[in-house]
Amino acid sequence: MQVITAENVSKKYIIDHKRKSVKNLDLKQTITQKIKGFWDKSDGENTEKEEFWALKGVDFSINQGDRIGIVGHNGAGKSTLLKILSKITEPTTGSITVRGRVASLLEVGTGFHPELTGRENIFLNGAILGMRKEEIRKHFDTIVDFAGVEKFLDTPVKRYSSGMYVRLGFAIAAHLNPEILIIDEVLAVGDAEFQKKCLGNMRELADSGRTILFVSHNLTAIQALCNKAMYFEKGQLLMQGETNHVVTSYLSRVSKTALKQTWEAPATAPGGDQVRVKRIELEPQYKDALQHIDIRTSMKLHFEFWNMEDGAKLNLSLHLFAFTGECVFNVGTSSRAFEQGVVAATLDIPGHFLNDGSYSISVMIVKDTSTVLYNLEEAISFDIEDHRVGVTWYDKWPGYVRPNLNFEIYQAEIAVND
Amino acid sequence: MGVQETKIEAGYAAKNYWRDLLNNTELLVILAKRDISVRYKQTFLGMGWVVLRPFATTMVMVFVFSYIAKLKSDPGVPYPLMVLSGITIWTFFSNTFAQVSVSILYNSNLVTKVYFPRLLMPLSSVVVGLVDFLVTFGLYIAIATWYQHPPTANILYLPLFVILSLMASLAFGLFFAVINVRFRDVAQLIPFLVQIGFYICPIAYSSSLGQGEWWYKYYTLNPLVGIIDGFRWCLLGEGAYFNPNSLIASVVVVSLFLVFSVYYFKREERSFVDHI
Repeated sequence: MQVITAENVSKKYIIDHKRKSVKNLDLKQTITQKIKGFWDKSDGENTEKEEFWALKGVDFSINQGDRIGIVGHNGAGKSTLLKILSKITEPTTGSITVRGRVASLLEVGTGFHPELTGRENIFLNGAILGMRKEEIRKHFDTIVDFAGVEKFLDTPVKRYSSGMYVRLGFAIAAHLNPEILIIDEVLAVGDAEFQKKCLGNMRELADSGRTILFVSHNLTAIQALCNKAMYFEKGQLLMQGETNHVVTSYLSRVSKTALKQTWEAPATAPGGDQVRVKRIELEPQYKDALQHIDIRTSMKLHFEFWNMEDGAKLNLSLHLFAFTGECVFNVGTSSRAFEQGVVAATLDIPGHFLNDGSYSISVMIVKDTSTVLYNLEEAISFDIEDHRVGVTWYDKWPGYVRPNLNFEIYQAEIAVND
Repeated sequence: MGVQETKIEAGYAAKNYWRDLLNNTELLVILAKRDISVRYKQTFLGMGWVVLRPFATTMVMVFVFSYIAKLKSDPGVPYPLMVLSGITIWTFFSNTFAQVSVSILYNSNLVTKVYFPRLLMPLSSVVVGLVDFLVTFGLYIAIATWYQHPPTANILYLPLFVILSLMASLAFGLFFAVINVRFRDVAQLIPFLVQIGFYICPIAYSSSLGQGEWWYKYYTLNPLVGIIDGFRWCLLGEGAYFNPNSLIASVVVVSLFLVFSVYYFKREERSFVDHI
């Protein structure tokens, strides 16, 4: 039986180029701009509005009991689809017919109030997610048990560890008993043991006839949980089918090498009001004429951006991701004040460090060590090839790092045989 | 087992708006409960603040207006009771109005993550305001008993003025709640408006003082004048000054503005998630 049928679903956003960030405009600025715009009609370029289709003509149907993994780059339309399914936003055209109660978990512990106790938050969060009071009462003990917070039921959740917080949030959602469960990237938090518990719980739900839609950058989790997958790119559904098939073709399409991106002028560069990215480049220090990156190759990353604000205290935070979506490492610079102009940074990545595989790099520009001004996501992606000497083992080398550590074996003692 | 079938398409939410609102009354209660229990966490006096503030304000106002400025109260009405009754209804209006104006922003984490009719959020602020009102009203009754000035039969009309005041706070609050999503100026504006309102409304003085002045007819255009005077008349009896004509302005202005605000709110609420 089909539980979700989407027909020609599209969602359009209007990007107003003049007002890049509506959030930061105050009333005075808007009024002055309106007045300016009224007198200055010739200034057409500035007021240009651009249409952006977050989803375009998407058709699909999902059967009852399917566990669907949704993969795709950031901005491919995954989150928009989930928002439409959760009724947070409406499609511009098309329709989705849904049979059964939908529960969506776009965030763990939506609406948790830090001052309220665990007990009070179970009722609050349950009601927010659409549960009736009797239902929450009925499942109360199982929720508490699943989350493992019985001792802290009457403690405000602000005193919870982040693990307890996530466990409680997930436990409530898991007992919603919906016909259709939508989950967005929530397993990224929580420890390994709890992730396992969640995956187990989701599989149980699916076995009892529930349908699950699961978005994650963690392909391992998708492969572990889902029997089918959908692959979105640029607002369109590229592929739908068996999980392994879809994931493999997603990986092969995305693992293109992009070692360099530059922008000519701040106006067209990615960023915000305060910073714009000028250049990001990964420069491998090739060992031989072959010009390919292998595990021995050291690399130098160059990053440059325009700073638009005098005296801004800035620092960078860089994440290197493996293609499964897991973060291999995160490094940050110190924070210091900069004048307007170009700010540059370099990072050395040594050879004999990363294992073979595909990687991507994201760089965050941070102000006052706390506010993320811009996050340049997956700006660089590259493959590292394998290189082995003196080893007679040809299987895939496990792990994300491949350090050349000094690991010696020697005869410590010789047994004396009479 | 009946399986509900939903068709999500453009205009979907608007079509089922009132039904969804009715289905979510439990959530309304729980959001209001949250706001009430959260407010005085980690305070020593707790709910005591609800009565302490109007009580202290009344004492200060009585001192300033009755003892220093030597204003006269309406005949047969103790000055403190006149001030306290005014403050009771004004606090109800202004607190509810202020809470409604920030309700969407205050709940922004919900706006971006779950769906329910957004009108629930301002409505839960109204429920919180009503609970506070009942507490301060208890304070009034206690003090009126102490002054041996029990309410007259006029008190039967009291619910009318409470409802009118509730509608007024919703009418003005909803409008600012929408504006607040895009313009954070509202957060600066509201306390200022409330402060001005405290002086231009007949709270610490009687509006009978303006009778016969040239500006009096403009003064009564303020919808709060009719509400406050009427509320006082219900509690203090015929001695309290109440011009029924000012009530007409209240009813007309409040109803028109409420219809406009609800319409405006409903039209804009679908775009909250894109702008918040």
